[in-house]
Amino acid sequence: MGRGCAESMESMARLREICKDVRADIVRMTAAAGSGHPGGSLSAVEAMTVLYFNVMNHRPAEPEWPDRDRFFLSKGHACPVLYSVMARSGYFPVEELLTLRKCGTRLQGHPSCKTLPGIEVSSGSLGQGLSIANGFALSAKINRKDYRAYCLMGDGELQEGQIWEAIMTAAHYKLDNVCAIVDYNGLQIDGDVEKVMGLAPIQQKWESFNWNVIEADGHDLTALQAAYESAARTKGKPSVIIMKTIKGKGISFMENVAGWHGKAPNSEELRQALAEIYGKEN
Amino acid sequence: MDVKMLPTRDGYGHGLLELGATNPDVLVLDADLAKSTRSDWFAAKYPDRFFDIGIAEQDMIGTAAGLSLGGKIPFATTYGVFVAGRAWDQIRTTVCYSNLNVKIAGAHGGISAGGDGATHQALEDIALMRVLPNMRVIVPCDAIEARKATVAAGNIQGPCFLRFAREATPVFTTEGDFFAIGKANVLRNGNDATIIAAGPIVYEALQAFDLLAAEGISVRVINMHTIKPLDEDAVLAAARETGAIVTAEEAQINGGLGGAVSEILARHQPTPVEMVGIADTFLECGTPEELAEKYGLTAKYLVNAVKKAIARK
Ligand SMILES: Cc1ncc(C[n+]2csc(CCOP(=O)(O)OP(=O)(O)O)c2C)c(N)n1
Ligand SMILES: [Mg+2]
Repeated sequence: MGRGCAESMESMARLREICKDVRADIVRMTAAAGSGHPGGSLSAVEAMTVLYFNVMNHRPAEPEWPDRDRFFLSKGHACPVLYSVMARSGYFPVEELLTLRKCGTRLQGHPSCKTLPGIEVSSGSLGQGLSIANGFALSAKINRKDYRAYCLMGDGELQEGQIWEAIMTAAHYKLDNVCAIVDYNGLQIDGDVEKVMGLAPIQQKWESFNWNVIEADGHDLTALQAAYESAARTKGKPSVIIMKTIKGKGISFMENVAGWHGKAPNSEELRQALAEIYGKEN
Repeated sequence: MDVKMLPTRDGYGHGLLELGATNPDVLVLDADLAKSTRSDWFAAKYPDRFFDIGIAEQDMIGTAAGLSLGGKIPFATTYGVFVAGRAWDQIRTTVCYSNLNVKIAGAHGGISAGGDGATHQALEDIALMRVLPNMRVIVPCDAIEARKATVAAGNIQGPCFLRFAREATPVFTTEGDFFAIGKANVLRNGNDATIIAAGPIVYEALQAFDLLAAEGISVRVINMHTIKPLDEDAVLAAARETGAIVTAEEAQINGGLGGAVSEILARHQPTPVEMVGIADTFLECGTPEELAEKYGLTAKYLVNAVKKAIARK
């Protein structure tokens, strides 16, 4: 199987089950920490699950494997979703998730490559990931390697000027081994992205910067799988998947509420969240 | 005395060429200032290993970070004032926190960008870079040392900030002189006081040595090309053995070499220290010579500072 498709793949039905566990991990770990960022983690659950289970070539048991695809979490605050898919794909034990943000943990409140194998570079200051992905992709071109660089960004994060510098750089150097993903959930800390500092039309902006733009429903596993594969097939220019999502997706009281950007559920909210996630079958 | 004059940026250019010839992983990035920084020499010789990122310093640092993750040794190059200031967060969070093998060259350091005025004079770069964990800060004193420092930076692992100057300054070290990052060079010996200097101002310290010698005052002169990690042994020995210290730099004293030396002395060997450098102010247009005179960075001021330090013993 070529790049843009993992060596072994899970069925969509299986991925749907994993997504439930990932959502549960996110609320459990932030609840246990008493802080953290559930909203922007929940909006990226499907994208991250498809990426880690069905798209990236990586070896969780061998995080330093030189030929792995690289993932860069530019919106570092969404690390709960990253930690969860890492744990569930085998980087570390699932139980360790509950150490999030605790003193001495490998799971820092924003990802640290110093503490956790599998984190490529530390992040948490927004706006930097795409430049790093580009640099890595450029090194892959120079090294004549076919590994790819993935980078997840927030929509609010696109307000950072450095991102647009990086958007130019990737197109200028024709980095078709870069796949950017924009979590277009419409919310940032202070409220609606369009009210805080409007970005629309996002798609046309990326297009006019010479990117291949792929739009997808960010909660549709099949659509995301197709989007990643289409990005991997596109030659001569970088691709961005602009995925429409719901911030806080899957937990009714968190959905589309800016206030759940950086707040942990209390025990009652956790109970309700878990009931909603696993509810129907129970 | 007839002394050869070259800007330290030329040493950077030569150092890059030397690295380019010996290590295919060395890459050079610039942010639209390749001619001024001398990275264009490398670009001409190794066009496939040179990347202009445009006027985008933050993106340049991030791109360099990514390249280092791919096993490359990127030298991200532009004016020191822009890279250290505008891209500080990128240098802190991406490069230093992750301890990546990124080299940063800050050109036109100190007063050498004279005519461009305060916006272009990098005076805070040393302080900004020095506070970053994992970072090394190197300020070569002449073009020969600049070449050695560039090569040395390329041969060690981890973040380095190198400062270069625009103006031609005296070349007074020799190819054979020992150079190692973190190891100070004692250029003159003396017992009454020590001048610890970094950058082209080291030459002024040597002039001061002669002026003071004529008055019967003997000073040690230390070329502290590496401000971080500071050669603490050399500083403490100088304090113990000469009892008075003068620091000299073309940068803000606050947080600069003056700050670095004082921190060590305050902790381990309290000693009178006088500091020659930029005293908490922005400068103005002027030739480097005019500015050096106006802001007190010449041998004559060092002589006065030495006397003051000795008087405080
Ligand atoms: C440079 C920087 N500025 C500010 C912040 C604080 N901050 C953290 S998350 C966030 C909002 C991010 O919104 P968005 O990118 O839309 O993320 P998402 O909705 O996916 O959570 C802000 C302002 C930061 N981490 N980094
Ligand atoms: Mg958002």
